[in-house]
Amino acid sequence: MECYFDNAATTQVFDGAISVMEKVMREDYGNPSSRHQKGYVAEQYVTGAKKTIAKALKCKDSEIILTSGGTESNNLALIGIAEANKRAGKHIISTGIEHASVYNPLIFLEEQGYEVTFLGTDAYGRVRVEELKAAIRPDTILVSIMMINNEVGAVEPIEELAKIVHGTNPKTIFFVDAIQGFMKLPIFPGRIGVDALSVSGHKIHGPKGSGFLYLRDKVKIRPEILGGGQQKGMRSGTENVPAIAGLSAAIEEYSKNFSANTEHLYQLKQAFIEGLLSMEEVVVHALPLEECEGDLSKAVRKTAPHVVSVGFTGIKAEVFLHALEERGIYVSSGSACSSNHPAISGTLESIQVRKDLLDSTLRFSFCEQNTLEQVEYALEQIREMLPIYRKIRKY
Amino acid sequence: MEQMYRAFLIKYGEIGLKGKNRGYFEDCLVKQVRHVLAPLGEYHVAKEQGRVFVECPEGYDYEDTVKAISKVFGIVGFSPVVILESTEWDDITKKVGDYVDALYEDKTFTFKCFAKRGNKDYFKTSPEICADLGEALLNRFPGISVDVHNPQESIFVEVRNRTYIYSKTIPGPGGMPVGSNGKAMLLLSGGIDSPVAGYMISKRGVYIDATYFHSPPYTSERAKQKVIDLARIISAYTGPIHLNVVNFTDIQMYIYETCPHEELTILMRRYMMRIAEAIALEKDCLALITGESIGQVASQTMQSLACTNAVCTLPVMRPLIGFDKQEIVAISEKIESYETSILPYEDCCTLYVADHPVTKPRIRDMEKSEELLKEKIDDMVKTAIETREILRIVPE
Repeated sequence: MECYFDNAATTQVFDGAISVMEKVMREDYGNPSSRHQKGYVAEQYVTGAKKTIAKALKCKDSEIILTSGGTESNNLALIGIAEANKRAGKHIISTGIEHASVYNPLIFLEEQGYEVTFLGTDAYGRVRVEELKAAIRPDTILVSIMMINNEVGAVEPIEELAKIVHGTNPKTIFFVDAIQGFMKLPIFPGRIGVDALSVSGHKIHGPKGSGFLYLRDKVKIRPEILGGGQQKGMRSGTENVPAIAGLSAAIEEYSKNFSANTEHLYQLKQAFIEGLLSMEEVVVHALPLEECEGDLSKAVRKTAPHVVSVGFTGIKAEVFLHALEERGIYVSSGSACSSNHPAISGTLESIQVRKDLLDSTLRFSFCEQNTLEQVEYALEQIREMLPIYRKIRKY
Repeated sequence: MEQMYRAFLIKYGEIGLKGKNRGYFEDCLVKQVRHVLAPLGEYHVAKEQGRVFVECPEGYDYEDTVKAISKVFGIVGFSPVVILESTEWDDITKKVGDYVDALYEDKTFTFKCFAKRGNKDYFKTSPEICADLGEALLNRFPGISVDVHNPQESIFVEVRNRTYIYSKTIPGPGGMPVGSNGKAMLLLSGGIDSPVAGYMISKRGVYIDATYFHSPPYTSERAKQKVIDLARIISAYTGPIHLNVVNFTDIQMYIYETCPHEELTILMRRYMMRIAEAIALEKDCLALITGESIGQVASQTMQSLACTNAVCTLPVMRPLIGFDKQEIVAISEKIESYETSILPYEDCCTLYVADHPVTKPRIRDMEKSEELLKEKIDDMVKTAIETREILRIVPE
């Protein structure tokens, strides 16, 4: 049985998205900036996509900047907002569990003379509200906090954090990396005080190379890509019409069953964790069981619906990953750390994962197309494999 | 400038010394030149009058062609050649003049002309061609002068049914043409050393086959792909390589579970040598090749080498035995395998390595440990050999 459990890395593109992309490439291949009919037809895909996105976020379509994906959206938001607002201050706040596409632009900004405060988290990967409040200063121009952590599936209390940010310093801009969150849990940025929000298309059954940045009206930003002045000069470059059309189709299709999908994912996750917890020396990270008095269903629903981070004591993550692969189960290693990659995951450290598990942690991530049978199959395989791969316990 | 070259004239070294075998060695060289040029287009490669002549197709890429020919062992040097379709004397003097004009920016050198006639009925003799051509050049370029004893530049002109002009020589790698000295089996890992070892033995005219030990899931598909990529890089020098991918996981696990851990690496290597030798014999290889160098790691101490060597009857060639790591890296960079070798994928050894592996193993201790394996090991070795995957690797 094939079980693709690496949906936080990327997803299979929806058929509907593929067919519209093919149509755009074969028939409606015009440049949206061309004045003739072919250009007009192509432009309709772009404006249509912005409308679809705006509907999903309950915002205005003028608040959407289409990009090449999550990394570009994050770079544009962080560097663009910081540079456009630096006269108001040069202090930025973020967390120690952000994705590299947020973390590295922040390090770049530090080198440019900005000061960045990185907040810690609790043992479940959640930012502490008081800690954020205490960190905000009069010269804080930007707060950047992710919606759902990609490694362990922690859900940040975005609405609460937004209130704290704006309540403490009304001038501070609040940016949310929603690349793992969009289409998993509802988020309407304009209504809860999120000023900017980034999304990637290929995490939600759209094509790679697609994505967008939501930017609330009147938030100042400096464009990072200069050229022909497309998208009101905010993001030059001929629009990637096939990818944009594919992204739009994916959002439309996913939106039809949004809440049913989320509930299905939670059921898969709960069944999977239940099975894992019955095995010896297996640890599920960032699961707030104690907080919920041991009620697994409740605890699971405090986390992301699709991500499960698991430590297997005594087994090297990469070996187990390849062993699972031999049985048709595709997952990610929770952190890239071994003798060859000395980088330890910031997230696993932040939630204080046991040292010996840093190198023994795998991430399973589901999509709504996965089934309970697949979960059962994976559990069965893991149960069988643990003793085999625990024979070599040296590192 | 480079567009004017239509052909290459290849000169070889040691082959010329080899008496009656010369023809065979030349055939090997021609075959190898064809092999490296095949991916680049339809070149005409022929042996003529003690040299190999390569005629290039329309629109060929000069840089790529030079790079490919530079990888053929047995070549001491080769010259890019301008071809003139005519043998009319006025055409020749004009063309040679244009050639000198284009090739030498600074026209103040000393030179000497060399001439050959394919067609003995040509109206000038070779010395006359040299003298008259020299005069024509002196008239056209007042800054140059003739020096028949120590010329800075030697300008060659051959008049046959067409006229060939050349003067510049690009160095080749030397050595002997591959195939002129039999075949050997290289133990290829993903590291820096073994591709270099294969290159060095191949340079002496030896065909290479390779064996790689794959241990899924302890080694990934990417690690295997890396070994394939390395084989591909050296195949530009060695000719096609048959890469034997042996699944070693079960043997490795069995040793791990049965024998003392600090002996694991040596015992594993002894089985690798046995398996490689069995495949080598099956494939008519006359020796094994490893990238070992004394003392580099625990399994390459003198004692360890003796222990791994003891299981083979074929000669084991270790061309890097006296090299320092830096020297090996330098060759690895030269043959362009280094960048691939240092890609960070796990190889099977790292997980199993004991904290303190034995550095002075004794053969009789190893034999004693192997006694513990006797129940299953022969079948496992047999299965590993029978189920191996064989890939034919050629340059891209």
